[in-house]
Amino acid sequence: MDLKTGGKTKVKSGFDVEKIRKDFPVLSQKIYGKLLVYLDNAATTQKPACVIQALERFYTSENANIHRGIYYLSQQATHSYEGVRTKVRQFLNAREDREIIFVRGTTEAINLVAQTYGKAFLKKDDEILITTMEHHSNIVPWQMLCDEIGTKLRVVPIHDSGELILEEFEKLLNPKTKFISVVHISNTLGTINPVRKIIEKAHARNIPVLIDGAQSVAHLPVDLQALDCDFYAFSGHKMFGPTGVGVLYGKAKWLEAMPPYQGGGDMISSVSFEKTRYNKIPYKFEAGTPNIAGVIGLGSAIDYLNGIGLDSIHQYENELLSYANQALSQIKDLRVIGQAKEKAGIISFVLGDIHAHDIGTILDHEAIAIRAGHHCTMPLMDRYQVPATARASFAFYNTRAEIDALARAIQKVKEVFS
Amino acid sequence: MLELRELYQELILDHNKNPRNYHALEHADHEAEGFNPLCGDRIKVFLQMDGDKIKEIGFQGTGCAISKASTSMMTAAVKGKTRQETEEIFNQFHLLVAGKKIETFDQNLLGKLAVFSGVREFPVRVKCATLAWHTLRAALKGEEGKTVSTEIISTEWEAG
Repeated sequence: MDLKTGGKTKVKSGFDVEKIRKDFPVLSQKIYGKLLVYLDNAATTQKPACVIQALERFYTSENANIHRGIYYLSQQATHSYEGVRTKVRQFLNAREDREIIFVRGTTEAINLVAQTYGKAFLKKDDEILITTMEHHSNIVPWQMLCDEIGTKLRVVPIHDSGELILEEFEKLLNPKTKFISVVHISNTLGTINPVRKIIEKAHARNIPVLIDGAQSVAHLPVDLQALDCDFYAFSGHKMFGPTGVGVLYGKAKWLEAMPPYQGGGDMISSVSFEKTRYNKIPYKFEAGTPNIAGVIGLGSAIDYLNGIGLDSIHQYENELLSYANQALSQIKDLRVIGQAKEKAGIISFVLGDIHAHDIGTILDHEAIAIRAGHHCTMPLMDRYQVPATARASFAFYNTRAEIDALARAIQKVKEVFS
Repeated sequence: MLELRELYQELILDHNKNPRNYHALEHADHEAEGFNPLCGDRIKVFLQMDGDKIKEIGFQGTGCAISKASTSMMTAAVKGKTRQETEEIFNQFHLLVAGKKIETFDQNLLGKLAVFSGVREFPVRVKCATLAWHTLRAALKGEEGKTVSTEIISTEWEAG
């Protein structure tokens, strides 16, 4: 296999994948003497050198706490940190910087909304609508809220293809529906949901919508003003940034009306034992010293993505997906779970009666990293009546040659179990 | 690097394909369920005791080759054994697949189970090999209704 040529055929988009691969130090690494083939990008993405350097630079020469120091270093750190807020706003075309809240990741973002918006604006017997293909992080926070205040969880079913049944979605909408939380791209099926349409239908009934964007921000262009969603949540580490940092976007009108999530420093404007005043947004939701270095690393990841362009990334990953679909369709007994018309570069599959973990172990032996299991979507596994799937998920640094290697390794799995 | 064949030995592949004692027991007096949610491995072990001895044993479920073969071979190994003997085999098996250092094993006790020696080189698969044994232990203790796991277990939420 010649990874250097980036595959047999030149890709249509003219994307220079070989140049891009050089930006990712981890990709030149050998595992068991073989060049790493990293196909677990839906779990986390690798980091370009610029992100790694941004973290090092911050701790080497800029480290100070933000929003409080009167000295040079603290002002620099504050400037860098707040600069990323603007960068995120521009990246997603949000209206205002103050609508961008830094959190630990998608999970924390959704918990924040469930615990603050949920407790302030939802009441017993109100219905919260999610879908069958949600990640546990967009199921459990709502179940916890239901336990606490007596709201009810309703679930939009899906077709076998992995697409939402939109007629059922509309049927489920009723006067009790008070919140909708939907995944943009399914981490298991790769389905790109028609979120624009869902938001329109919801807004026609004045129902706010949260979009779980964990799998989308790094793979297709997202325009929050065009989408008009009320909340949007995503993680830095799935967009080539550091772990432990993420973003909750919320419309200012909601964020201002919502109570704080956690109490502590930075989220207050004054504290006495009799009366505490909360800070304005976004600071009201950023209690304590945040992940400053992580935010700065996230900023660097956004610069990197902008340098390539989300349109090019989306196009290249689409080509990879078609190539992979073609390659895997040649393998007898391989069944792809999730065949939506609109799909991102995520392929879940089962292979005859061979268990996903056996596939994972054998592929690992070929230095191919994939995910095997339920992908934090156990209700979805139940829907398809499979205990687990194997999942290959792509990023723009993956090549056709790597997909060929994947297909060959799957054949090897079949040989072992023949 | 350890060869794959050390993990997926012929005997293991055979038990995966043709599991022994793969059925429920009509007159089971002990049973327990094992479930590893991350893997999706789920097995149920049925026992019929004759005093202190395992008279009959059967199992049902789905899982990876390692968990299925391990369960199948376990049922063959413990049939007719006393509780104490079963526990001793389990101790040896556990040392074999998850022991910290290279111990000497009682080959007589392990018998064919020695084919699982490759598992120790694949630390993430140890839980697959031991699920059956922990489930058997729960069944012997009469812990029905409780689900055994060799992964992390959590509390439950039910739709209200």
